[in-house]
Amino acid sequence: MRSEVRSRIGEHTVRWIMGACAGVSLLALGLIVLFLFREGMPVFRTVSLGGFLGGRFWFPTSEPPSLGILPMILGSGLVTGFALLVAVPLGIGTALFVGEVAPASARNPLKVAVEMLAGVPSVVYGFFGLMIVVPWLQATLNLPTGQTALTASLLLGIMAVPTVASIAEDAVAAVPDTWREASLALGATRWQTLRSVVVPAARSGLLAGTLLGMGRAVGETMTVLMVSGNSPTLPPVLGWPVRTLTATIALEMAETPVGSPHYHALFAVGGVLFLFTLTLNVVGELVGNRIRRLA
Amino acid sequence: MVSQFQPAGPAMEMGTAFSVQHLSFFYGQERVLTDVSLDIPQRRITSIVGPSGCGKSTFLRVLNRLYEVVPSARAVGQVWFEGRDILARGTDVVDLRRRVGMVFQKPNPFPKSVYENVAYAPRIHGVRKRRVLYDIVARALGQAALWEEVHTRLGKSAFDLSGGQQQRLCIARALAMEPKVILMDEPTSALDPTATAKIEDLITVLKDTYTVVIVTHNMQQAARVSDLAAVFLTGGEMVEYDETNRIFENPNDKRVEDYVTGKFG
Amino acid sequence: MNRVWSQRTAFALLGLSALAVFAALAVVLGFVTVRGAPAISWEFLSAFPRRGMTEGGIFPALLGTFYLVLGTVIVSLPLGVGAAIYLAEYAEQRSWIRVVRIGVNNLAAVPSIVFGLFGLAFFVKALGLGVSILSGALTLGLMVMPLLIRSTEEALNAVPKEFREGALALGATRWQAVRSVVLPVAVPGILTGAILAVGRAAGETAPIMFTAAAFYTPRLPRSPLDEVMALPYHLYVMATESTAFWRTRHLQFGTALVLLGLVLILYLWAAVWRARIRRRKRW
Ligand SMILES: Nc1ncnc2c1ncn2[C@@H]1O[C@H](COP(=O)(O)OP(=O)(O)OP(=O)(O)O)[C@@H](O)[C@H]1O
Ligand SMILES: [Mg+2]
Repeated sequence: MRSEVRSRIGEHTVRWIMGACAGVSLLALGLIVLFLFREGMPVFRTVSLGGFLGGRFWFPTSEPPSLGILPMILGSGLVTGFALLVAVPLGIGTALFVGEVAPASARNPLKVAVEMLAGVPSVVYGFFGLMIVVPWLQATLNLPTGQTALTASLLLGIMAVPTVASIAEDAVAAVPDTWREASLALGATRWQTLRSVVVPAARSGLLAGTLLGMGRAVGETMTVLMVSGNSPTLPPVLGWPVRTLTATIALEMAETPVGSPHYHALFAVGGVLFLFTLTLNVVGELVGNRIRRLA
Repeated sequence: MVSQFQPAGPAMEMGTAFSVQHLSFFYGQERVLTDVSLDIPQRRITSIVGPSGCGKSTFLRVLNRLYEVVPSARAVGQVWFEGRDILARGTDVVDLRRRVGMVFQKPNPFPKSVYENVAYAPRIHGVRKRRVLYDIVARALGQAALWEEVHTRLGKSAFDLSGGQQQRLCIARALAMEPKVILMDEPTSALDPTATAKIEDLITVLKDTYTVVIVTHNMQQAARVSDLAAVFLTGGEMVEYDETNRIFENPNDKRVEDYVTGKFG
Repeated sequence: MNRVWSQRTAFALLGLSALAVFAALAVVLGFVTVRGAPAISWEFLSAFPRRGMTEGGIFPALLGTFYLVLGTVIVSLPLGVGAAIYLAEYAEQRSWIRVVRIGVNNLAAVPSIVFGLFGLAFFVKALGLGVSILSGALTLGLMVMPLLIRSTEEALNAVPKEFREGALALGATRWQAVRSVVLPVAVPGILTGAILAVGRAAGETAPIMFTAAAFYTPRLPRSPLDEVMALPYHLYVMATESTAFWRTRHLQFGTALVLLGLVLILYLWAAVWRARIRRRKRW
């Protein structure tokens, strides 16, 4: 009898503990916002918001410092944009192939390959890029240096494929089989069915995958840091070194005196990154939710 | 701890297991049972029959409050059991469920050994001694007419048993907690005729000790095993409740006549 | 005939993109393996770096990564599993659950370098834990938590509801049902998720850069408050910042191979295990 009493008091405690565990994620998110804000805001004592986001020069250690991150915003944009040109066709193509075309026996090995690709640590991509892709591009395109925006885009593109592919695959799998059968029964080929029934139905999922892939590319640090050359040029050019937001933090944080305008500026850069990926994620979720409701 | 439930409490006649009064049931806004009232007698077999979707399973799940696993579900009215309205606030559902066992439509043994399945309830209710536990398991398996077939493989996975054996295992599992009532939701609908016959035999034996409430789709089964029958119709209304024979021979309600003679349902 | 050819062309293109993914993986794996393998020896795995990291092995980095990953698991596994149990099994408070889920999804989307910044500001500075294994493990732990929550939730949702109802109908409390019936069935699935989380944590650099990782330590860490060398960070500094980095390429490839091998073996293990769970399932 006593053990029963205990187990029912325990029931309540357990519920609370589990609820608290669930709350930790929220708490973490809240703390991230709080600390980015707290450490990032003081930069605006040195520079205005417009001067920060729109400033053309990044000389954080000169006196007085120039804290404009426009070159890095554009650098991140350029690298991400071209990465998507690689990731989206490859990711969606792979998803369609795995989900709709490949024979059942090839499906699992392909899925595992995509997962493994997602597993390769970004520093290994960066190292591989530095050792192989950089010299290769330099020689092939006859560039002064192989550490360029293009190099970073290619590698980031490959890295973002699994993100795009896995979400796209879910979206395609959520399309009811009866729709495919209806189309085939009307005499459409598998390709016509895929193009005119499956893809349109999975459209919002494909878009969500693209947005999340974009978030992955914008937030990626080590690869870009190692292969993009890291010089904040304006305007950034594909065949030339660039500097991204992420690389700026990684490069400079270690050598920055705590509490200096430079230190706060790096946190503010983190804040910009955070807001950007948060927006992408929220939009991606909203778009993605539509397919789930449909399915 | 003293149980909330007292056999033969004030609000009930002697010999009544459940007294259901003005029970209505909702999933969200949708009404599934409409003002159902009936007294279910002790140590008899009461069958609940009616067309698909009329709320039979729902009714059964009210009796052990298992409907609560659906967050939007809501029951209104009173259901008296051992001196207490089980729908009232503060009812100890754990205590209720150990007095009211349930057997499901599809056999649902746990992915554990035969022995562990039957020992599950006594264990969570505090039986620790191996000897005692073993005796409970052996007796429950015996009551469920399964001992002969499985006593050599108590340690094997319950999934190695046939479907009919699995269902009898689930009955044994419920019997092991020594309940007062056993609820059965179409217990034979997933089984072949031979396995069904064994379970029906078992049910008729059980009524000497237990109150049995059984939901069934099958009119013949209701006629074979049950003493009383309650007929539900679409919309969750109970239109007739009486001795099974009487209902089948001479139904009062035209719709029930149509139903039992197979004109619809 | 036209229709047949357009289908063939289209499917061939789709096949090519899948092939490209396969090829990318093969190329990365191939190069790192071929050029890294000659560097691997017992000494390489078991010795300290020597002569300003131009010779010797990677033992401290290997051990440091092990400590970091261990700490990450200790931090994130109980929290992640607890959170997932709450989301999957205690579904009464819908609005709270929706808020939590939004939080988890957004936490998953935070870039790893931002986790690094946060770890620096919160664990290293505000909590005063310094650059240490503990700070790194806490940072990594928060980062992999969404991953664990999702995989655990998936494992729990795959447990048939009949098992839960069976237990509840026998008078089990919700927690008893979860602990004695649901969790045992879900454990393999939860563990595959944990393996993936370990792989992810082992390979990450950005979150530990400012919170845990040291360029070089002359001795092994003695407490969770010591800073450590770690494989991914070691690879990064060897390849870009160390003295004479062009003379240590073979060591760098060796380090890359060890890191890649570790992570991919974990991923492969998880994939194989998951396939086996699916095959063995009897309900
Ligand atoms: N979880 C639920 N949420 C919402 N509605 C439900 C739920 N479960 C059942 N219902 C609805 O409640 C009504 C009664 O369902 P119930 O399962 O009780 O019927 P039944 O008589 O047992 O049917 P059957 O003979 O098919 O088992 C049905 O209309 C069903 O659609
Ligand atoms: Mg039913």
